[in-house]
Amino acid sequence: MRSTAFAGRNAKELLRDPLTLIFGIGFPVVLITLISVMRRSIPDIPNAMFGIENFAPGMAVFGLSFLSLFLGILIAGDRDSSYLARIFASPMTPADYLWGYTLPLLPVAAAQGVVCFAYALLFDLKFTVNLLAAVLVLVPVSLLFIAVGILAGCTLTSRQVGGAASIVVNLAAWLSGTWFDLGMIGGAFERICRVLPFSHAVDAVKAAVSGDFGAVWGHLGVTLLYAAVIYAAGAVLFGRRMKGE
Amino acid sequence: MTTAIETRGLTKRYGTRTAVDGLSLCVKTGEIFGLLGANGAGKTTTIRMLCGLTPVSGGDALVCGDSIVTAPGKVKAKINLSPQETAVASRLTVEENLALIARLYGSTAAEAREKAKRQMRELGLEARAGDRAKALSGGLQRRLSIAMALITEPEVLFLDEPTLGLDVRARRELWREIEGLRGRMTVVLTSHYLEEIEHLADRVAILNAGKLRTVGTVEEICAETGKPSLEEAFLELTDGEGDEEA
Repeated sequence: MRSTAFAGRNAKELLRDPLTLIFGIGFPVVLITLISVMRRSIPDIPNAMFGIENFAPGMAVFGLSFLSLFLGILIAGDRDSSYLARIFASPMTPADYLWGYTLPLLPVAAAQGVVCFAYALLFDLKFTVNLLAAVLVLVPVSLLFIAVGILAGCTLTSRQVGGAASIVVNLAAWLSGTWFDLGMIGGAFERICRVLPFSHAVDAVKAAVSGDFGAVWGHLGVTLLYAAVIYAAGAVLFGRRMKGE
Repeated sequence: MTTAIETRGLTKRYGTRTAVDGLSLCVKTGEIFGLLGANGAGKTTTIRMLCGLTPVSGGDALVCGDSIVTAPGKVKAKINLSPQETAVASRLTVEENLALIARLYGSTAAEAREKAKRQMRELGLEARAGDRAKALSGGLQRRLSIAMALITEPEVLFLDEPTLGLDVRARRELWREIEGLRGRMTVVLTSHYLEEIEHLADRVAILNAGKLRTVGTVEEICAETGKPSLEEAFLELTDGEGDEEA
């Protein structure tokens, strides 16, 4: 009850900020357009990488990385403005807060996925029921970026969050295999990328788009493991903030 | 008259620095109680401890009969706070801000809407009900911030520097609102504006460098120090100390 009321407030704060929509939805749409136009102009561009069925899932996950930015800025802003002090003085529990910050972003993540894939349909992505599954996979994947946002919001100021979140956005872009095949580079770089969650997040969504649902679970598991660890760290720090420590 | 708040040796330390040092005092039910002190005297830290926002280093306090150390959840359900800085959700409308706070304290959506309408009527915010908080003037934002604290009908209301940064007219308007609360609920008010405390508070505690220097009515404090005004008495009691951040 309390957490859903708080979630409603957070949803309004996020959705009434036009930057949320511009970055979270606009960026992937622009990039899909650019890459698709490039593919038409440069026939030799590798389809394994920039084929729309491979690129669109990467863009969908890339769009989710902006959730860290939105949430981090919201939480850090609440801290900076004393709004959190007011809310901390209420009878809400730490779980109410965390759920209240998480809940509104889950439908946002699904909506980002829907827009991203719907737009990719204009560039020859085939519509299958697998796309709906991919949108469903995006929702748990978004927990990774929501967890990062909570952690950043608890530890950094509003100004610092922007910088830190842009690092996450870049990591999600460059270490996920969205822009190039990780196997092409190989070596330590590929091993690091395979240890980090970003490539697994993209691979889980790619597997769903291609209908290889057996492969979804392993990649999704790694992504959710990272999400759980970061979420737990954020929860501990949030609890400490609530106690004024 | 019953006791709304009783602090018993309430202490807060940050490392080697003591921000609040063994504070023991009583606040009576229904009175407007002023906490007066220079910057860094320990006023805000005291309020933060009483609201469960800062852990206590020593001592305890009973708020409406419940300990802030052992039963902070029970205390939080009975109090509300208007923090020093205006604390409103900037992209929510006036009505949404009010209804949200009511819901966080357990009201249903319908009850929260009703309470928000009543609160807007009482504090003259009806005409701005649909405006986003960030579109309000500083004075109206502060009034909204106080309305958000009042909407839950707390037994104890903490107002931390409620008129800080407001112009004279907005300050006088807020004074009228606060005066109207006398007898309806217990109000603990911090300020470093002497005339504000003198005008509003039934009784005053003067803090300096975290320590309670005296407590009583303005007349009692003037009589105790042999000074003709609260300002003179305050300077006498806080001579040469304080001015650290708390």
